Amino acid sequence: MTARIGVVTFPGSLDDRDAARAVHLAGAAAIPLWHADAELYGVDAVILPGGFSYGDYLRAGAIARFSAVMESIVRAAGDGLPVLGICNGFQVLCEAHLLPGALTRNQHLHFRNRDQGLRIENNATAWTVGYSPRQEIVIPVKNGEGCYMADARTLDELEAEGRVVARYIRGNPNGSLHDIAAISNAAGNVVGIMPHPEHAVEVLTGPSIDGLSIFTSVLAHLGARV
Amino acid sequence: MARVVVDVMLKPEILDPQGQAVANALPRLGVVDVASVRIGKRIEIEFEGAADLERAREIADKLLANPVIEDFTMRIEERPKVEEQ
Repeated sequence: MTARIGVVTFPGSLDDRDAARAVHLAGAAAIPLWHADAELYGVDAVILPGGFSYGDYLRAGAIARFSAVMESIVRAAGDGLPVLGICNGFQVLCEAHLLPGALTRNQHLHFRNRDQGLRIENNATAWTVGYSPRQEIVIPVKNGEGCYMADARTLDELEAEGRVVARYIRGNPNGSLHDIAAISNAAGNVVGIMPHPEHAVEVLTGPSIDGLSIFTSVLAHLGARV
Repeated sequence: MARVVVDVMLKPEILDPQGQAVANALPRLGVVDVASVRIGKRIEIEFEGAADLERAREIADKLLANPVIEDFTMRIEERPKVEEQ
């Protein structure tokens, strides 16, 4: 049966359509989920897309955390539902305490938009099993508040447990500590990534198709679990 | 109506690039004796009845501030009586 991947739309989401298209290209069905609707419609995984949910008012992701759909997602993530937060979605996952730390204003204060090199540091999560160990990829990064911050103890924990999922290479675009571009929760089903794999799934529009493996990874993960 | 004012500031150990940018602009105003500038948020909460500090603390703790990177302080603001014209 075709896997069903939910893509949440908040007021101010931008990349929900691209995320849905990436899901489709990976071979799954993209199920639209709505911020004000707590129902998850039996999806097998959820993607929180990039954008500016609730206008980034107060702090990026701070208000989205209290939406009806997030309450259901937090509960389901605890039961092992694969959840991927991209860019603003990563910020929402941190605000919802599904991931530790916080994403703050880029150190140089500029919005950074470019093709970015990453190294996959952990290819055992639900969203990265399709990559080879330490694979280097290029996908777009575009953020104003992508600087990953956490206290020293949290960083040590992330490093020791292999929960740094991807790191920036050939230049850190926002000042993130330890060059962190993506992290996971302890179980590996929840991943937050600041750059945009959904913008690198087709030769026509992306710098590569390196992002596609994020979406095929979760299908492989779901297949292995059944 | 009663007002509680909440000030949210980045923790001292968290880099504040906005504050730094402002500090770096000060010499252009001829100001050269400022050691640092930090930028935060001031939030005014109006209660319908009496000011409820406990409720305000809950609002600040759960929503207004992110305890990973920010601290907050609160106070009840006494408003000066406005004379009827």
